[in-house]
Amino acid sequence: MFLLLFLLIPIIAAFLLLFVKKAQTIQFIAMTSGLLSLLDAVYLLFNKTVNFDMPWLLILNSRFLLQADGVAKLLILLTAISFPAIFLATSKNERSQNNIFTALMLFTQAGLMGVFLAGDALLFYFFWELALIPVYFLCSIWGGEKRIAVTFKFFLYTFVGSLLMLIGIILVYTNTPDHSFLIQSFTKAHLTTTQSVTAFALFLIAFLIKMPIFPFHTWQPDAYEQSPTAVTMVLSAVMVKMGLYGVIRWLMPLFPAAFVAHENLIILLSIIGILYASLVAIRQDDLKKLIAYSSIAHIGLMNAALFTHNQIGVQGALIQLFSHGVNVLGLWIIADVIEQQSGTRSMKALGGLAKKQPTLAILLVGFSFANIALPLTNAFVGEFLMFNSLFQFNPWIAAAAGVSVVLAAIYTLNMVQKVAYGEVSEAISIMQGPNKNAQAVLILLLVIVFLTGVYPQPLFDVTADTLKQLFVK
Amino acid sequence: MKVIIGLIVLWPLVGFLFNGLGRNIWSKKVIAYKATGYIVASFIFSILAFLNVQSKGAFTAHYFDFINTATFKIPFDLKVDALSSLFLLVITGVGSLIHLYSTAYMKEEEAPHYARYFAYLNLFVFSMLLLVLGNNYVIMFIGWEGVGLCSYLLIGYWFTNATYNYAAKKAFIMNRIGDLGFLLAIFWLIVKLGTVSYDNVLTAESLAKLATPDITAITLLLFVGAMGKSAQIPLYTWLPDAMAGPTPVSALIHAATMVTAGIYMITRSNILFSASEFTQHIVAIVGISTALLAATIAIKQNDIKKVLAYSTVSQLGYMFLGLGVGAYSGAVFHVITHAFFKALLFLGAGSVIHAMHHEQDIRKMGGLKSKLPITHLTFLIGCIAIAGVPPFSGFFSKDEILAAAFAKSPIYWALGVAGAAMTAFYMFRLYATTFLGQFRGTHDQEHHLHESPLAMTLPLILLAVASSIAGAIGVPALMGGHHWLSHQLAPIVGEAKEAGLSAGMEWALMGVSVTIAVIALLIALSIYRKKADGEPQTALGKFLYNKWYIDELYEIMILNPLHKFAGFLKEVVEKNIIDGAVNGTGKFVQYGARQIRLLQSGQVGYYILCMVLSIVLLFIIWFNDITILKFFFKLTHKF
Repeated sequence: MFLLLFLLIPIIAAFLLLFVKKAQTIQFIAMTSGLLSLLDAVYLLFNKTVNFDMPWLLILNSRFLLQADGVAKLLILLTAISFPAIFLATSKNERSQNNIFTALMLFTQAGLMGVFLAGDALLFYFFWELALIPVYFLCSIWGGEKRIAVTFKFFLYTFVGSLLMLIGIILVYTNTPDHSFLIQSFTKAHLTTTQSVTAFALFLIAFLIKMPIFPFHTWQPDAYEQSPTAVTMVLSAVMVKMGLYGVIRWLMPLFPAAFVAHENLIILLSIIGILYASLVAIRQDDLKKLIAYSSIAHIGLMNAALFTHNQIGVQGALIQLFSHGVNVLGLWIIADVIEQQSGTRSMKALGGLAKKQPTLAILLVGFSFANIALPLTNAFVGEFLMFNSLFQFNPWIAAAAGVSVVLAAIYTLNMVQKVAYGEVSEAISIMQGPNKNAQAVLILLLVIVFLTGVYPQPLFDVTADTLKQLFVK
Repeated sequence: MKVIIGLIVLWPLVGFLFNGLGRNIWSKKVIAYKATGYIVASFIFSILAFLNVQSKGAFTAHYFDFINTATFKIPFDLKVDALSSLFLLVITGVGSLIHLYSTAYMKEEEAPHYARYFAYLNLFVFSMLLLVLGNNYVIMFIGWEGVGLCSYLLIGYWFTNATYNYAAKKAFIMNRIGDLGFLLAIFWLIVKLGTVSYDNVLTAESLAKLATPDITAITLLLFVGAMGKSAQIPLYTWLPDAMAGPTPVSALIHAATMVTAGIYMITRSNILFSASEFTQHIVAIVGISTALLAATIAIKQNDIKKVLAYSTVSQLGYMFLGLGVGAYSGAVFHVITHAFFKALLFLGAGSVIHAMHHEQDIRKMGGLKSKLPITHLTFLIGCIAIAGVPPFSGFFSKDEILAAAFAKSPIYWALGVAGAAMTAFYMFRLYATTFLGQFRGTHDQEHHLHESPLAMTLPLILLAVASSIAGAIGVPALMGGHHWLSHQLAPIVGEAKEAGLSAGMEWALMGVSVTIAVIALLIALSIYRKKADGEPQTALGKFLYNKWYIDELYEIMILNPLHKFAGFLKEVVEKNIIDGAVNGTGKFVQYGARQIRLLQSGQVGYYILCMVLSIVLLFIIWFNDITILKFFFKLTHKF
C-alpha cells in the first residue's frame, strides 16, 4: 500500500492545488506533499517491500503492479529528496499561475515514481509518458525566450524514443508465453535472435535519447537552458536517470545476449560522448549549459559502466545514479540563485561571488569538487568503481575515458574561477542578501555529499539485491 | 594504539571544522590558538606512535570498510610503521612550527579570512596524514587528491587576484594529470591482484604473480602520479607558479611535505620499483634531468620565492635520482633534511618579505644582514645546509644519494655534482643579493625594516637547529656513524646495499663534491656581495631567465590546440553537424506536415488524442495483419 502512496500523495496534492491561489498555501501543500513522500521513501528504505498488485487493463492482461528493488528504492529516495528541495530552493522565484506550475511539477513527480515502481511493461510505458507530458507544458509555458522551438524538439525527440519503446514492448508482449506485460513474463518471452535484437534496439534508443548519449544529446543543453530552472533540476537530477534505470530494469534482464553483443558499440559511443561533452563544456560561457554538458559526460560514464556488464562497474553506476542526482541538484540550485539575483548566466559577466556572498561561494566550491569526484565526496566512490570496470573491460578505453577526469577539472575550476573568484563584478554586486531557503537546502545536500562520500556502505547495502538479481542467475 | 592513530588524523580535521564553520564567530586569537593547538596535539600523538613503533613494531588499525561489495573490498585502514611514523613526525613537527609562524605572518588578515586560512592549513595536514598513514593505495589516493585540493585552495587564497587563481587552477589540473596515472596504476593492481592493500600487494608472492611488463606498467603509472605531485619533468611548471600562495604555505606544502608525497609513494612501493629496472632508469633520468633543469633556471631568477621554488624542484629531482638508483633510505633522508632546511629558507624568505612590505624582488633588497639579524643568521644556516657543506644536514643526505648514484653510473654522479655546484651558486647568489651589500629598496622601506616577532623567529631558530644537526640520523659508517635511519627503514626498504666502493673512493667522491660546492658558493659570494644582477644580457641568460620558455611551449603545443579543438566541437560539430542533422530531420518532417497540415490543429490535446488513436490502431493492425509491422521492424532494425 505504501508503494501506492508515492503516486497518490503528489496526485492528490496536485488536484488540491488547482483550487488555491495564495502563494503560502501553494508552498505549504507542495512541501507537505514533498515531505510526506520523503517520509514514505525513508520508510521504504528500511523495510522489506510488499508488491502492490491490482488488475488493470484486463483486456490486455496488464496489471497495475508496483514493486521496488534496491535501485528503485534509491531512485525513489532521490526523487523524494529532489522535489521538496526544489520547491524550497526556488520558492522565491516569481512565476505566473504558480499553482498550476506546482501541480504540474507534482504530476511529474508521480510519473517518475511510477516509472521506478512499475513492474509491468505497459504500466512502465504509461508512467514514462506521464512523466514527460507535464514537463512539456512546464517548459512551453514557463520557459525562456526560445521555449516553443526548444520544447518542441525536446518533446518530439523523446516522444519518438517512447514510441519505439512501445513497439518493442508490444513485440515482446506478443511472444510471452502467457500474454502478459509483467516483467517476469517478459524475461520468459520466446524471442528469436532477430526479434530479440530488434526489441533490444527499440528499447535502447528510447533509453539513449532519455539519458542522453552522444549523438542523441542535442535536445538536452537547449532544453536545460530554456526550461524554468525548477524543471531543469527535475530533468537533470531525476529524469535522465529514467534511461539508465530502464537499462538496469529492462534491458539487462530481458535481452542478455543482445546486451552483451552490443556492448562494444554502446561503450564506444558513451566514451566518445564523455570526451566530446567534456570538451564542449570547456568552451561554454553559459552557466546552465556548462552544467548540462558536464552532466552528459557523467551520464555517459554511468552508461558505459552498465554496459561493461561487470559487477563492480554496475555497482558503481547504481550508487552513482543517486550521487549524481544530489550533486547536479546542488549545482543547479546555485546556478539558479545566481541567475535570479544577478540577472545573468554568462560567466564572463560574473565573478567575485566569494567576496559578495561567501557562504554561497563555499557551497559552489563544495559541489564543484563533488562534480569532479574528489575523494571523500560521494561521486568518487561511484566513479572509482566505474572506471575500474572500464579498465577491466579494456585498459585503453579506461585511459581514454580517464582523460575526462582532467577535462572535468578544467571546466569545473574554470567555472569556479569565473563565478566565485576575482573582484566583485557588476552583475554580482547587485545580488541581494543570501537566499536562506536555498542555502539551507544546499547545506543539507552537501552533508549528504560528504556523508555518503566518507561512508558509502549504506548505498551498497541498499542496492545489493539488485546486483544479486542481475548477476546471480 | 588504534585510538592514538585515529586522533593523529582527527585533530587537524577537528581544527578544520572548528575554524571553517566558525569563521565568523571566533576572534583571531581563538582561531590561532585552536589551529596551532590541534596540530601540536597531533604532533604529540605522533611522537607516541613513533615510540610505539620503536618498541613494538608496526601497527595496523582497522576502522571501517570504505568500500565493501560482494566482489570487492577496500578497508579504511591506517598503519604506522617505520616509514610512516617518520613522515608523521616531519609533517606534524614542521607543520606545528609553520602554524605558529603563520599566526604572526597572516595577522593582517581579517578574522573570517584568517579562519579560512587556518581551516585550509588544518585540512591540508589532515589529508597529508591520511596519505602517509593509509594502509592501501586507495586511502593514499584520498589523501593524495586531498592535499591537491588544499594546495589549490591555499595557492588561490587571495582569491580576488586573477593571476593567483590561474596559478591555483594550473596546480590542480597538472596534479590531476598525474593523479590519472596513479588511478590507472591502482586499477591495474586490482585487475591483476584483486587488492590494493600494502600488506597484500607489496609481498614477494604478489610480485611473483605479476609479469614483468605488468610491473613496469604499474610502476611507470605510479611514477606519473609522483611526477605531478612532486613536480618532476614534464609536470613541474605548476610549482613555481604555486608561490602565489602565502609564504608559510609555500614552506609547508610546496617544500616540506606535499611535494615529497611522490617520494613517499615510491619508497612505499619500493618492492615493485626494484623489480623493474626499466622504470628505475626512467625515474633516475627524470630525477637528474629535473634537478639540473631547475637548477639552471634558479640561477637567473630574481624573485626570492621563485629561486626557492626552483630549488625545491631541483632537490626533489635529487630525491628521485636516489630512488632511481635504489637508494631509498637516502631519498627519505633527503626528504627529512630538505623539509628542515627548505622550510627554514621559505620561512626566512617570508620574514624578509614581511619586513620589506611584500617586496619579493631581491634586486631591491640588499644589506638586510644588520637589520634582520636572526633571519639573516638562520637563512645563512639554511643556505649552508642546502649547499651540502659538512657537517650541516644537507651534506649527509645529498652525499648518500650521490654515492649510490656513482655506484650505478659515474655519469649520474658527475651530473649530480654539477647540480650541487649550481645549487651552492644560486643559493649564495640569493643570500648575498638579499643580505649583503647596500640596501637598494626605497627610503620608506628602509625606515620600516624590522626583525619579525617571536612567533616567526622561534620557528626559524628551531628549524635552523634541526637543519644543522639532522644529519646525525644518517652518519655513514665511513665516518664512524652507524646510520640510524637506514636501520630504521630496513623493514620497509631492506638493508641498505653496500655501494661496493672502497673507503678511499668514497672519501674522494665526497671531497670532490664538497670542494666544488664550496668553490661555487665562494664565486657567488664574490660576485653578488656588492651588486645584484641586472637584466639578462646574453642569449643564455635570457633563456634561463625565461625558464627555458617551457610554459610558452606548453601553451603552443597543448593548451592552444585543446582550446581550438574544443571550440571547433562546440561551434561546428555540435551546432552544424549533429544538431544540424537533427533539425534537418525535423525540417523535413515539418515540410511533410505542411502538406497535410489540415490535420494539425496546433493543440497538444489533439495530438495526444491522435497518439492514443494511433496506438489503438496499431493494436488492431497487429492482431489482424502483422505484415505491416514486420516491415516496420525490418526498417528499424537497419539502424
